[in-house]
Amino acid sequence: MQYLLAITALLVIISFIVDRKKTIQGIHKGLIQFFRILPTLLSVIIIISVVLFFVSDKLLIEYLGKEAGLGAYISAATIGSVSLLPGFIAYPLAGILVQSGVSYSVIAVFITTLMMVGILTIPIEVRYFGLKTTIIRNVLSFFGAIIVGTLMAFTYYLM
Amino acid sequence: MKTILKKYKFDFPIILVFVLFVGSSFYFNYNPGKQIFKDNFWMFFKEMLVILPVMFILIGLFDVWIPKERIQKHIGNASGLKGMLLVMLLAFIQAGPLYAAFPVAYLLWKKGCSPVNVFIYISAFTTAKIPMLTFEIGFLGVKFSMLRILITIPVFILIGIIMGRYFKRNKCKINEG
Repeated sequence: MQYLLAITALLVIISFIVDRKKTIQGIHKGLIQFFRILPTLLSVIIIISVVLFFVSDKLLIEYLGKEAGLGAYISAATIGSVSLLPGFIAYPLAGILVQSGVSYSVIAVFITTLMMVGILTIPIEVRYFGLKTTIIRNVLSFFGAIIVGTLMAFTYYLM
Repeated sequence: MKTILKKYKFDFPIILVFVLFVGSSFYFNYNPGKQIFKDNFWMFFKEMLVILPVMFILIGLFDVWIPKERIQKHIGNASGLKGMLLVMLLAFIQAGPLYAAFPVAYLLWKKGCSPVNVFIYISAFTTAKIPMLTFEIGFLGVKFSMLRILITIPVFILIGIIMGRYFKRNKCKINEG
């Protein structure tokens, strides 16, 4: 995060020295885009916050830990698709899951869907890509994640 | 004014209800409401307010400085494997949640990046950002991380190719958001 801020500040300064007008124009363009998407972003993070309240860590561990076989993959993929957790929460949680006996391949499905499929962020994605493309991308990514999990299980089995 | 209300017809009611809910939760000391606001909402809100404006400033600068021809040449329709590697590299060094990838995708597309590469960019962005990887390795181990990435890369290239074909065939567009 700090490096992102530092790099941006540096680039803005360099750009400003080279061409003042262009820099102001660029920042203006960027910020207008930000404000255009802001209401949708806000409503999405509101919904995520409420959903997250009902889906606690304890619930996730109980669900993913108990199930076995195909059921575990499906529930990992479903939970991963619906939730949107920042990495600093998702990875410690995955670590706990592994310690409580969940297999690495199920974790891979969970992490992959968590990152690639975003059901709650669909309103944002639709603003950019339209509904149809958004749905196709999410569905493909969902099955992609299951494929990743299967290949992971296979690799761990061979090793 | 009317078009603005129409564009955000779901968003404004949600925001309004949430403001009223949180306000009354604090007033009546309703704990779940306070928890939703303090533990969950605030965390995402901070991330959004710090990372996104910065990202959009970078996007704006990129927009005015980088000529279309250059993007087209390196990651456009005829860029092949090199183009794919370049967009992946671009994605790996970034930070932020999934929704931060969409405005960048729009800009890349506007500047002539091929649809296949746009979708590879989105998948790569969500799968293997270097700042996140350090976290993953810490909690799940190098072996898991490396395996996951090696297996995921071909899968998301495949998804990118399928999406790119679909995108071109249906003459889809990416909007400004």
